[in-house]
Amino acid sequence: MSDTPLLRISDLSVDLGHGIRSTRVLHGVSLEVERGRTIGIVGESGSGKSTLAKTIVGLHRIATGSVVFDGVELASAPRASVATVRRRVQYIPQDPFSSLDPRRTIGQTLAEAIDPVGARERRHHARIVEALASVALQEDAVDRYPHEFSGGQRQRVAIARALVVDPDVIVADEITSALDVSTQAEILQLLERLQRERNLTMLFISHNLAVVEELCDEVVVLLHGRIVEQGAIAEVFADPREAYTRRLLESVPGGAAFDVTAPVVTAAVRTVPVRGRRRLFG
Amino acid sequence: MSDRRTRRIPASLIAGLIMLGLLVVIAVIAPILWGTAATAVTPDTRSAPSAAHWLGTDDLGRDVFARTLVATRLTLIMAAAATAGSVVLGVLIGGLVWVGPRWVRECVLRVIDSTVAFPSLILALVIAAILGAGTASAAVAIAVAGVPSFARITSNMTGAVANRDYVGTARLLGVPRFRLFSRHLLPNISGPLLVLIASSFALTLLDISSLSFVGLGVQSPEFDWGRLLNEGLPAVYSQPLQVVGPSVMLVFAGVAAMLTGDGLAVYLDPRGSRAARSTPARRAPRGPSTRPDALVEVRGLTVRAPGGKTLVDGISFEIAPGEILGLVGESGSGKSMTAMSLGRLQADGVAVDAEVLRLDDLDLLAGGHRSRLAKEIGLVYQDPGSTFNPALRMGAQLTEVARVHLGLSRRAARDTLRDGLGEMRIREPEKVMGQHPFQLSGGMLQRAGIASSLVTDPKLLIADEPTTALDVTVQADVLRQLRRVNRDHGTAVLFISHDIGVVEALCDRVLVMRTGEIVERLTSDQLRRREVEHPYTRALLAATPTLKTTPRPIEEHDRV
Repeated sequence: MSDTPLLRISDLSVDLGHGIRSTRVLHGVSLEVERGRTIGIVGESGSGKSTLAKTIVGLHRIATGSVVFDGVELASAPRASVATVRRRVQYIPQDPFSSLDPRRTIGQTLAEAIDPVGARERRHHARIVEALASVALQEDAVDRYPHEFSGGQRQRVAIARALVVDPDVIVADEITSALDVSTQAEILQLLERLQRERNLTMLFISHNLAVVEELCDEVVVLLHGRIVEQGAIAEVFADPREAYTRRLLESVPGGAAFDVTAPVVTAAVRTVPVRGRRRLFG
Repeated sequence: MSDRRTRRIPASLIAGLIMLGLLVVIAVIAPILWGTAATAVTPDTRSAPSAAHWLGTDDLGRDVFARTLVATRLTLIMAAAATAGSVVLGVLIGGLVWVGPRWVRECVLRVIDSTVAFPSLILALVIAAILGAGTASAAVAIAVAGVPSFARITSNMTGAVANRDYVGTARLLGVPRFRLFSRHLLPNISGPLLVLIASSFALTLLDISSLSFVGLGVQSPEFDWGRLLNEGLPAVYSQPLQVVGPSVMLVFAGVAAMLTGDGLAVYLDPRGSRAARSTPARRAPRGPSTRPDALVEVRGLTVRAPGGKTLVDGISFEIAPGEILGLVGESGSGKSMTAMSLGRLQADGVAVDAEVLRLDDLDLLAGGHRSRLAKEIGLVYQDPGSTFNPALRMGAQLTEVARVHLGLSRRAARDTLRDGLGEMRIREPEKVMGQHPFQLSGGMLQRAGIASSLVTDPKLLIADEPTTALDVTVQADVLRQLRRVNRDHGTAVLFISHDIGVVEALCDRVLVMRTGEIVERLTSDQLRRREVEHPYTRALLAATPTLKTTPRPIEEHDRV
């Protein structure tokens, strides 16, 4: 482990909503990401995992705490320097049907990532084709519109858009959850290859623990906006310290809690960790 | 298929453009050809229509037909100028507030809201009165009066686009604000905006004419259609034809504008809608039932999309009473289409055909069993968040089946449902019935949905990806409830999922579907032992991620 992490999140709290209707969705989250590592962030809906991802890339305002990327504090640094730093942290949103402008060709979309002001496709053609090739898309995709592609292909375009600026960190927000299993497998293989080839640092947000296990080095478990457990995948998955982590793991198809033939005693209350639920379910 | 050049031009656009073209031609040539006839005062006043004067003459002996045609130029120019003014200002205000800071947007929108509350024609009358009667002031008045509503609508449309992920991503990439507006926001609202501009042009025509009609617009000796109506009004009983000309022209111009806007909206969208051809009904010969013991018998089921594309290609299967049958496959495999055909819920234009399609003693191909179907089939959908009407309390929605199809009273239906909810392990069923859908979690909604579909004691429960939108821990719980319903009530379940792991855990038998065909039939034991033949099933299994590290059993630790 090197001495300074590439990305350091300290005591981060985030409020969503405005005025009196705002609610705190992240409570004092701290996290360090070393270069070349892939961190899986898991939790159920409402756990704050997507909010964490969006805050890191600057889509949400920080209430307290800090996000420091490569020595630059993103919240307080001057606008111009933040803009250059931000380009090194690329975000891939969940929904491949909403993340690409339906009125712009794939080439124009990627050109905008390279040159946000001019966005001229012809000038950056070679670079765009190269980025598309790295996600296994043909050159003719450049002149085509998003609606001509399947969900998996669109997600690959979104990955290419993130890669084309040669980022240090990729924040992938549930990018396979809207996809079929075989398409998901394809995307995961692609990400694994990119990890190898580019030494990518990645924050991989997912509710699918099996996917996280396959792709990530470390895991962070979020519950109600707080980190309840974090550590190396092998350690946390084999020996979860928190009952909630255990419950998540056992609920994956094939896990202990997934034996749907087992007798039911009571309906589980959503996202509340039930300690020793083994005994509860007899 | 995307090439813009090869796309069909919609008929409405062609018609609209021809009509507009005709108007423009008239506007250009009429003053040149009939300018003198329209303004020359003759002694032949108030004459009836004749070969020389098709619509007669006015009180100064001027030819009404010529005046109507000549007025086209001024009317169109004024309407176009006024519309352009409202559109440019309105779109700039309504669109740019979305790329600026939040507080600016809030302030501007509140101001717009209060001006929208003021009737625009009255606003225009006031402005025109202040500016003084005249051609230019009328156009300015109408333009200004049109700004608030345009800004408001543009802002709503832009707001919907501004929340899309691609706008957020572009913002993150550092796209400058104005570029954000011109590159992403404006093009994506351009479709509805064009329709809006067209309809607003038609309304502006009316407004301009109204101003001229009441004497605040065009002043003599100039004339537009409104002015002609004004002049024709005193003689409307003796010479009704004098107002017909301008009126017909107004309607003609309005329709031309509407058709053009509508056609443009269709044409400019790169997703381009192609006219759907209706599907020729190919009838398969009806066959006799060969598996009378089965609860559901499907033989040679074919489903075709409106374009004629085959979605389900002659599949056959049975569901035994009390069986859980899994239908697994990826998007486009036809699994949902199969399920919807059983419930006769296929979308409009989708053609369903089969040799045998039977549920119990119901021939589903014959149709006309809506009420029986509602009782015999329970449905659980994928997204519990959109299954329920957000405006109604759960109780009213969940008891609907019982009230409508079982004819129970409100009270009896609530009692039945309360038992059902209790059976689904929902604590405090009374409280849940009094709540709105948004107050409940996805898992709770899904369980409530299952409870309500069981009220009629259906023989078959169709569950279409019921746990895909749920968290893993909730998923296990919902599946357990389905299993229990099956065991306690003997309800057969058709369970549709793309997740072969889930299907494996729940189902007795599994059908694997791909591009409208069943490629493999398995028992759950075969699936568990991985005794699969078809390469596609193998690929599905290989692609499904499974945990390699599982937590050690809790008993080994003394921590918990």
